[in-house]
Amino acid sequence: MAHTETFYDVMRRQGITRRSFIKYCSLTATALGLGPEFVPQIVHAMETKPRLPVLWLHGLECTCCSESFIRSSHPLAKDVILSMISLDYDDLLMAPAGYQAEAIIGEVMQKYNGNYILAVEGNPPLNEDGMYCIIGGKPFVEQLRKAASAAKAVIAWGSCASHGCVQAARPNPTRATPIDKVILDKPIIKVPGCPPIAEVMTGVITYMLTFDRMPSLDRQGRPIMFYSQRIHDKCYRRAHFDAGQYVEAFDDEGARKGYCLYKMGCKGPTTYNACSTVRWNDGVSFPIQSGHGCLGCSEEGFWDKGSWYARLQHVDGFGIEASADKVGAITAGIVGAGLAAHAAVSALQRIRRKGDDR
Amino acid sequence: MEAISSDTLIASNTPKPISGSLQDKDLEGTHLQGLSARSLKAKRLTTVYVYEAPVRLWHWVSALCILILCITGYLIASPPASVTGSPSEHYQMGWIRYLHFATAWVFAIAFLGRCIWAFMGNAYSREIFYIPFWRSSYWKGLWDTILVYAFLRRDEQKFVGHNPLAVTAMFFCFTLTTIFMIFTGFALYSEGTGPGSWEAKIFGWVIPLLGGPLETHYLHHWGMWVLILFIMIHVYTVVREDIMSPQSLISAMTNGYRFFRDDQPDE
Repeated sequence: MAHTETFYDVMRRQGITRRSFIKYCSLTATALGLGPEFVPQIVHAMETKPRLPVLWLHGLECTCCSESFIRSSHPLAKDVILSMISLDYDDLLMAPAGYQAEAIIGEVMQKYNGNYILAVEGNPPLNEDGMYCIIGGKPFVEQLRKAASAAKAVIAWGSCASHGCVQAARPNPTRATPIDKVILDKPIIKVPGCPPIAEVMTGVITYMLTFDRMPSLDRQGRPIMFYSQRIHDKCYRRAHFDAGQYVEAFDDEGARKGYCLYKMGCKGPTTYNACSTVRWNDGVSFPIQSGHGCLGCSEEGFWDKGSWYARLQHVDGFGIEASADKVGAITAGIVGAGLAAHAAVSALQRIRRKGDDR
Repeated sequence: MEAISSDTLIASNTPKPISGSLQDKDLEGTHLQGLSARSLKAKRLTTVYVYEAPVRLWHWVSALCILILCITGYLIASPPASVTGSPSEHYQMGWIRYLHFATAWVFAIAFLGRCIWAFMGNAYSREIFYIPFWRSSYWKGLWDTILVYAFLRRDEQKFVGHNPLAVTAMFFCFTLTTIFMIFTGFALYSEGTGPGSWEAKIFGWVIPLLGGPLETHYLHHWGMWVLILFIMIHVYTVVREDIMSPQSLISAMTNGYRFFRDDQPDE
């Protein structure tokens, strides 16, 4: 690894023409929602900047983030991995294994101290000193802390790394912990979703290497460009919601007509993600388009937030599962009966004291 | 009201204004002259001006707003049965939500105005905004009022403003709940106006604090039930007090004046 190649060098070496390169830059600008005036900036960045070294770690996870990532079509994952970034370590995709693989982390840390991106898929379990996830004979949390110590920034891929996801769902026996609770001294970009959308993942990386800065994040550390709106805000079934047309059962007329899935517990109104605009598998579909409500997988703790098929959560501690409205109505009934009884006693008391000067 | 102290009255030998039951001769020279004071149960009462016009206006505007907000809010959470036909012909949920948001604006601005009035109005305009925690008379009055409501004590204490139990209920169940509803409501509203909007800048922090958009919806919904329960108890106690307590309540919130059934000092 002598001279670090620029993106342009790599692309030309792969036989990509200048014309195709410019086209690629235009497409990237479009994918990021940028105007045509940004194309020259992207071209300049690609021609001058060295490829971004990325270490991609895997903790407690199911690899769905990687599965999603390799299906990115704008830009193609192949382009991202082979031309845009220098994916130096990803135990899923890399050729080396064992000692050779683990040695790369130390090498990158030394060579690009403070200048590489650490991408983390999954999260570290902290119980039993992290023994629930062992990478190369050591707890994953140690690998994570070590690799993060010299990183420029950390990308938390998916709901596992961002929020904990299923392994952190109650009662969380391994104490699986999101990245931002373990790495406290580095900027962290959360890209939640189970998995995140492929184009969102590649879009975040493309943005970072094009502009050499973090994308602007919201209060919860998610890139605003992909997580600023709810699924509901851009849902193609929104017209049915506003009109008051809902699927009432999965086999009813409304379901066949593609009405709004609000009453079926769709979490679109409370979920921030780009599914309804970017969609999945090269824009083929997304859950609501397939007739099922959104599960809210990119929201924190979505496993612990009650049924996926109910709007209002259930209230624990009332024997049977009761909805907030049922508990409220029963309480109102009890209070109403209490007030009526109180009124009756008040009236009796008044009759008894009649004749008193009042 | 002129500021004439009781000393001045005694000194000038003016008789104290008479309150209480009237005789026929007391009616002479009034518009009731010639009527029987006894059969009319005629009384002379002392009235005090408690709730100034802005407070009364705010009260009834808020009452109407809460009614509309509860109905529309409930329908947003549990929409009515689906309408049929093309979606372009209907805007049912759209109107329900519009009505909820528009009413919420009126409710919030009215509450803001009420908060400002607490600085400008009389002493009673401040009663619902704090608990006089360090005042021993508050705790004694609270206990006495609880005993009255438990039928263990006769209702004979007079209060110009709210009684201590009412102050407590107002502060916790109405004022704090209202603030909570306004904050969570605008936070939820900011989800529609977007992350750059002023609503998001001022109220957006509420959502992650409460655990996410779903929890915020949920707690906002619970707030509705707190207000409904409060209003049930509020309306009951106001009517009961108006009939049974030594002072009037309903007229105080319509024309602002509260009268007392007699002028006897407490105990």
